[in-house]
Amino acid sequence: MRSERRGGASRPLIAGALAGMAFLHVPMLFIFLYAFSSEDQTYLFPPPGLTTKWFGVAWERPDVWQAIRLSLEVATVTTALALVLGTLAALALARTRFFGREAVSLLLVLPIALPGIVTGIALRSAYGLSGIPFGFWTIVVGHATFCIVVVYNNAVARLRRTSPSLVEASMDLGADAFQTLRYVLLPSLGTALLAGGMLAFALSFDEVIVTTFTAGQQTTLPIWMLQELVRPRQRPVTNVVAVVIVALTFIPILAAYYLTRGEEHASGGRL
Amino acid sequence: MVAAVAFDDVSCAFGPVLAVDRVSLEVREGEFFTLLGPSGSGKTTCLRMIGGFQFPTRGRVLIHGADATRRPPYERDVNTVFQDYALFPHMNVRDNIAYGLMVRGVGKAERYRRADEMLELVHLPGSGARRPAELSGGQRQRVALARALINRPRVLLLDEPLGALDLKLRESMQVELKALQRQVGITFVFVTHDQQEALSMSDRVCVFDRGRVEQTGTPEEIYDRPATRFVAGFVGTGNLLEGAQAQRLAGVDSAVMLRAERIAIEPRRAGGVPGVVKEVEYLGAFIRYIVDAGDGVELLVNAARREFERGAEVTLTWPEAACHRVPEARA
Amino acid sequence: MRAAFYLGVMLPLWSSYLVRVYAWKLLLAKEGVVNWVFAESGLGWMLNALLAIPVIGGPSLSISTLGTFIVFVYIWLPFMILPIQAALERVPQSLIEASADLGARDAATFRRVIFPLALPGIVAGSIFTFSLTLGDYIIPGIIGDSSLFLGQVVFLQQGTAGNVPLAAAFTMVPIAVMAVYLAIAKRMGAFDAL
Repeated sequence: MRSERRGGASRPLIAGALAGMAFLHVPMLFIFLYAFSSEDQTYLFPPPGLTTKWFGVAWERPDVWQAIRLSLEVATVTTALALVLGTLAALALARTRFFGREAVSLLLVLPIALPGIVTGIALRSAYGLSGIPFGFWTIVVGHATFCIVVVYNNAVARLRRTSPSLVEASMDLGADAFQTLRYVLLPSLGTALLAGGMLAFALSFDEVIVTTFTAGQQTTLPIWMLQELVRPRQRPVTNVVAVVIVALTFIPILAAYYLTRGEEHASGGRL
Repeated sequence: MVAAVAFDDVSCAFGPVLAVDRVSLEVREGEFFTLLGPSGSGKTTCLRMIGGFQFPTRGRVLIHGADATRRPPYERDVNTVFQDYALFPHMNVRDNIAYGLMVRGVGKAERYRRADEMLELVHLPGSGARRPAELSGGQRQRVALARALINRPRVLLLDEPLGALDLKLRESMQVELKALQRQVGITFVFVTHDQQEALSMSDRVCVFDRGRVEQTGTPEEIYDRPATRFVAGFVGTGNLLEGAQAQRLAGVDSAVMLRAERIAIEPRRAGGVPGVVKEVEYLGAFIRYIVDAGDGVELLVNAARREFERGAEVTLTWPEAACHRVPEARA
Repeated sequence: MRAAFYLGVMLPLWSSYLVRVYAWKLLLAKEGVVNWVFAESGLGWMLNALLAIPVIGGPSLSISTLGTFIVFVYIWLPFMILPIQAALERVPQSLIEASADLGARDAATFRRVIFPLALPGIVAGSIFTFSLTLGDYIIPGIIGDSSLFLGQVVFLQQGTAGNVPLAAAFTMVPIAVMAVYLAIAKRMGAFDAL
C-alpha cells in the first residue's frame, strides 16, 4: 500500500513542503557554522573568520566531560529501566482485558501529554516530602517517566501488527506462557524494542525541563548548556557542545528509524 | 468406541452474544468431520473450544473421553492449522515445523530430522531454510500442516485453511488434504463455509446456523435429506415448496425440498407440471433454467443441454422419491 | 523523497531541544543572521517597524515576544506535522478518487473529504503543541522580554524562591486547562489519530 505512489503531488504543494523542511532544518546549520567562528564575544554574522581551535578548547574542559559522562550514564540506566518496564506494560495491555486497563494506559501516556513542568514539580515535591536527597537516581526516575512511554508505544505498535493467532499457535504446539514469551513474543518485538530503546536514550540524553527539577546540584549536558544559554560565558565552547549533542542524539534516532521502517510510528511526545 | 471429541450441552457467550447455543456433538475417532455454516454461525467458536483458545460458558468438552473443558491449549493432544496459518515470521520453515518439539525439549538433531520428514510428507522437501515470507499461499498452508502434525496429535483442527487460496489450488489441496488424512489416520475437524468443500471432503458434516447444530450426517444425508429448511437452503441448489404450493405441485401437505437436478424438463405435453422458461443461465458443466410454474412459483431446473430458450413452454416432471419432506423450522 | 521528509520531521521531534532553541538565539541576535539578511536586502526598516510595535516588539528579535512566538512555532512544529500526517495516511486513495469521480474538483475534495478526515489529527497535534507551550519555561527565558510565562513562575518559585507548594499550586492551572482540552479533543476523536 505504501509503495504505491499516490497521484503526484502538485508543484505548489511540494514547494510548500520544502519550505517547511527548510524552516525546520536551516537554523541547525548555523550552529555548525558558529562552531568554527573565530568571534568569541558575540553572535556576529557573517563570522569574521573560521577556526577549528574551539574544538581543542572544548576537549580540554573537565566540566564538559563530566556533564557528558553524567548524561551518558543517566541515559543508559534510564533506557534499561524503560525497556524492562515499557515491555512489560505493553505485554500486559496489548492482549489482555482487565479491570482498570484503560486507566493504566492513560497513566502511561500522561507524562507526555502533561507539560514537563507538571511532571517536574510533581517529582520535586514527591522527593521533598519523602526526604529523598537529589542524586543520580532522582534524575533517572524523572527521565523514566517519559521514556517508558516511548518503549511502550513502540512495543504496542509491533504487538498490534503481530497476529494474535501466533500466540495461539505457540500454545497449541505445546508451549506454555513463558516459552511463548521467550520464543515468539520477544523475538517478534526485537527491533521494535531496540528502536524504542534508542529513542528513549536520545530523549533522556537531551532532556532538560524535568531534569532541572530533579537534578539538584548535578550538571547533565543539557543543564550545562542551559546555564550557558542563560548566562553566556563560553560562547565558542557552547557552540561546540551543541554540535556534539546534535551528533549524539541524531545517531540513535536514525538507527531507530531504520529499525522500524514501514511500521506505524506512534507520534509520542518528548517532554 | 470413545468419541475423539464430544460436546456435551456446550454454550459459549461473548457478553450478551450467544455464539454457541447448547451444542452437543460427537466426532468419531479417525473421521474427517466438517463444521459447516455461514460466517457467525458458531462453527469457528466450536473449533476454538476444542483447541482450548476459548472456554465454554456452560457444558463440557471431552477429548478422547477425558474432560478438557478448561484445559489450556498446551495440555491438549490436539493441534490447529490456523486460518492465517500463523507461521512465526522470525523463524525459518524448519524451525517453525520443529517448534512443537523444541518446546518439549527434543534435541536439535532429532527435531530437525523429524521436521524434514514432515516436509517430505507435505511435498515440500528441501525448503526448510526458507522464511515464511518467501513462500506462496499454498506452500505456507503446507508448512502450517506440517507444523501441526509434527506433535502427532490425535485430533487435527483446521480453521478454513483453504479460504485464502485461489479456486484451482483450493481444489487440488482438497484432494491432497483428504489423502493426507487417510495417510496419517488421525481425526480431522475441519471448519468451512463452503458447502461444496464440505460435501467433497468429509466423512460427516455438521451444519451450523446461529450457534446451533441444524443437522449432522454424511454428505449424502445432508444433501438428499436435509433435516431443516436452513440446511435445505444452505447446501446445494434446491426448490423449497411450502403450503399450498407443495400441495399443488407435489401432492403433500408439508414443506418439501426438490433438488434442481432431479427435475426433468421436456417440451410441453399432457401431464406433469406445465411451466414457462423465464431465464436460462449457462453454467459451463450444465444449464440452469428458471421456470415459472404458475401462481408465482419459480422452480430451478438443472439440465445437461440447452434445449429451450426464454419463453418456451415446457413440462416438468420428477420421481416422487425426489421430493424430500422438510420438517418445519426448529423450535 | 517520502522517507526523507519523514526523517526530516522525525529528527527535530526527538532531539536537541536546547540546541534548537540555541540556534535561534544565534539567528535572532542583534548582530545575528536574521538582522544581517534584512539589512543586506535593504529591508532593515521593515524589521525595525515590526519591532517598534508595542507588546510584540522589543530592542531586538531575541528580546521580543515576536521572537518567542517564532521559536515556539519552530520547536513544536513537528508535533503538529506528524499526527496530521498519520491521519492523512489513513485516508484511502479510493476516497479521493471517489470524490473526483463524483465531480468534485481538487479544492472541493480537500474541503469536503480530506480536511474533515484530517481534523482529528490536527486536534491531536494541537494537544501536544498546546501542552508543550503551556509548560515551557526555557524558551521565554532565553528568547523574549522580561514578562514571565506560567512555566517560568513555577520554576522560579520552586528554585530561587524555594516555595515548592506555591509552585505546585501554579501547576494546577496547566493541569486544569489540559484536562478541559483533552476532554474536548476526545470528543472530536483525536485519540484515534494518535
